[in-house]
Amino acid sequence: MKLQKIIDTLEAVTLDSTTNTGLEVGWACATDLMSEVLYYAHENSLLLTGLVKPQVIRTAEIADIRVVVFTRGKEPDTETISLAKRKGITLLVTPLSLFTASGRLFSAGLQCCPYT
Amino acid sequence: MDHTRKIDGRFNLVGGDFTNAGEASTQLKKILQLRGVKDSYIRRASIATFEAEMNVIIYTPAGILRYDVDDESIKITVEDMGPGIEDIDLAMQEGYSTAPEWVREMGWGAGMGLPNMKKNSDVFRIDSAPGEGTTVKMIIYLNKGEQS
Repeated sequence: MKLQKIIDTLEAVTLDSTTNTGLEVGWACATDLMSEVLYYAHENSLLLTGLVKPQVIRTAEIADIRVVVFTRGKEPDTETISLAKRKGITLLVTPLSLFTASGRLFSAGLQCCPYT
Repeated sequence: MDHTRKIDGRFNLVGGDFTNAGEASTQLKKILQLRGVKDSYIRRASIATFEAEMNVIIYTPAGILRYDVDDESIKITVEDMGPGIEDIDLAMQEGYSTAPEWVREMGWGAGMGLPNMKKNSDVFRIDSAPGEGTTVKMIIYLNKGEQS
């Protein structure tokens, strides 16, 4: 799914004006547990989370996640934003809850990272 | 690049240093990328190393992460000066965790760390005893029927 469709579906804002909205995202996972991200996420995934910490960016980098969506309108601090920029990870903020955001993306056709 | 050359090195890990947590794993990931190791192996090594690194930062005062890469394998050893693990079988169970609440608030302590290291390694060995620290050894074999 194209990043622009994800932004529209989640009524999200991007935290970087240089975001590549044509980026293709393959899968999604939704969790606040970083080890779950490392255990289940596939490369080129999107992570939905309510956790707003630099650890999320570190985890995303290790797991080759390209896009992180913060739910319930939570905005990360400048440290987290600058770390994401350095690592080339796109950050979005959606006003929706984790549940609603996941439901909308699933309904729009984005699938959960398959268990391996 | 000379792929036959063996490379090795180490990172010192400081317990409680959450600002730089993950930096050693990120550096190792870059080293493997520069060497031209196939992405799927890099991903497994990075995840296993990151989990081990986080364990040192969360639970111990300090530790050392050593890596050793040749054409056959990636070997990672993480040795810490922590309190050790009382019941390794229990610690290996998915979902079992002794992490305090503040660690969970940072997104860690889900009880998946050791299982995740094992999942991403071809060989996984853990030696630990209360009061004696913990040593984790992981090997990921390269070129299993395919070119890296």
